[in-house]
Amino acid sequence: MPSLGADMESAILMEWLVKEGDRVTKGQVIAEVETSKGVIEIEVFEDGVIEKLLVEEETECKVGVVLAIINSDSEEVSQVKVESEEKIVESQKELVVETENERLKISPIARKKADELGVDLTKIEPINGVIHLSQVEAMSKTISKIPEKKEKVKKEKNGMRQAIAAAMSKSNSEIPHYYLSTSINMTPALNYLAELNKERSIKERILPVAILIRGVVLSLKETPQLNGFWLDDEHQISQEIHPGIAIALRKGGLMTPALLDAQNLGLNDTMNSLSDLISRTRTGKLRASEMTKQTITITNLGDLGVESVYGVIYPPQLAVVGLGAIVDSPWAEGDTLCVRKVMQATIAGDHRATDGRIGAQFLDKLNQFLQKPEELV
Amino acid sequence: MTKDEIKNIIIKTILEIAPDIEEDEIEENENIQRSLEIDSFDFLKILTAMNEELGVEVPEADYSKVDTLENMADYFIQGL
Repeated sequence: MPSLGADMESAILMEWLVKEGDRVTKGQVIAEVETSKGVIEIEVFEDGVIEKLLVEEETECKVGVVLAIINSDSEEVSQVKVESEEKIVESQKELVVETENERLKISPIARKKADELGVDLTKIEPINGVIHLSQVEAMSKTISKIPEKKEKVKKEKNGMRQAIAAAMSKSNSEIPHYYLSTSINMTPALNYLAELNKERSIKERILPVAILIRGVVLSLKETPQLNGFWLDDEHQISQEIHPGIAIALRKGGLMTPALLDAQNLGLNDTMNSLSDLISRTRTGKLRASEMTKQTITITNLGDLGVESVYGVIYPPQLAVVGLGAIVDSPWAEGDTLCVRKVMQATIAGDHRATDGRIGAQFLDKLNQFLQKPEELV
Repeated sequence: MTKDEIKNIIIKTILEIAPDIEEDEIEENENIQRSLEIDSFDFLKILTAMNEELGVEVPEADYSKVDTLENMADYFIQGL
């Protein structure tokens, strides 16, 4: 069972998508596990044959438990990880919700609430196939509350908060951050998008955030020192760009799943992949690689009206890019004062790995790209 | 189709696209995106779903006319 986040201690193996003897290829999804953040698809990392499935479906497993043995093409027998099977926790049947072999749709926040309140989801009638938070809360009022359950709720909540606290404290105490910011005239990019979208049906429209992320990725190609990790006192640059996109789960925290191999995505693909990533994050259907492979984080609080974001780097990453709201602002062009759509772009960088010069080059590249949006297609 | 029927379709669409929103949180005259924390992606999905349902396409230039439930219903009823 891979760790899918700093706060994850265990997860339920919901379903095997392969059987013993099946040939699997690198990147193939072989199982679905359920975590507090929703259902996550687990992929294999090398080609081979499934030798043995060690864990039954609907079993809760601690992080590190061996789930399967894969006979790798490159070695004789590669065990994914060897750990005592004692760690396998008794199946928690009350957490498993299935109707006619089809899993119920429920938002992660509603599922979390149900778990906290001890609500049996099978007793709730879904509306249009989806269970809503209000139903879970309503159901909880009809059942008697057990004091010990309440104790557990408090602890779990603190546990999750503490995991975030630990990661952020580690970041702030260990990573010497530097912060840079620049004002970017977004009028050319927005005009360009408006023209492009005029020709398109509503389904194919490109949102400003897509062109921004495309701009960030292309700028990172030119300043690769910001994309990667600081591990074992060493600066490791990643060739692949997997930006973690900060996605707020309304009322239920924050996740930063990776937009994988963003360097290979043009503007249309960036838009489509982002849209797909956001809906899968909200409905709880991410892949393990999307939870773990981030090489940098992009946070965009513009929808909430925030003008500049100075992020805290998520270790072991090297930087956080912050994108603020696009606002009408006075703007000087030559001798003329005019009004333009202006956005604050910021970067928080790890000073152990890079100096302000690199961060400045990155912001300058981003600005240049956004002045020539046709280059971002 | 009456305005109330259109409002109900809009509410149903919002709840489908953002299942963690509760129906009673949707106010007639509040900005949909700000009050419900609907980001630009989900807002586009709502407009796409409404287009499929009613056949009315909202051009980008008209986004300010569909900012609240009330305004959105007015906009669609004129477009029908």
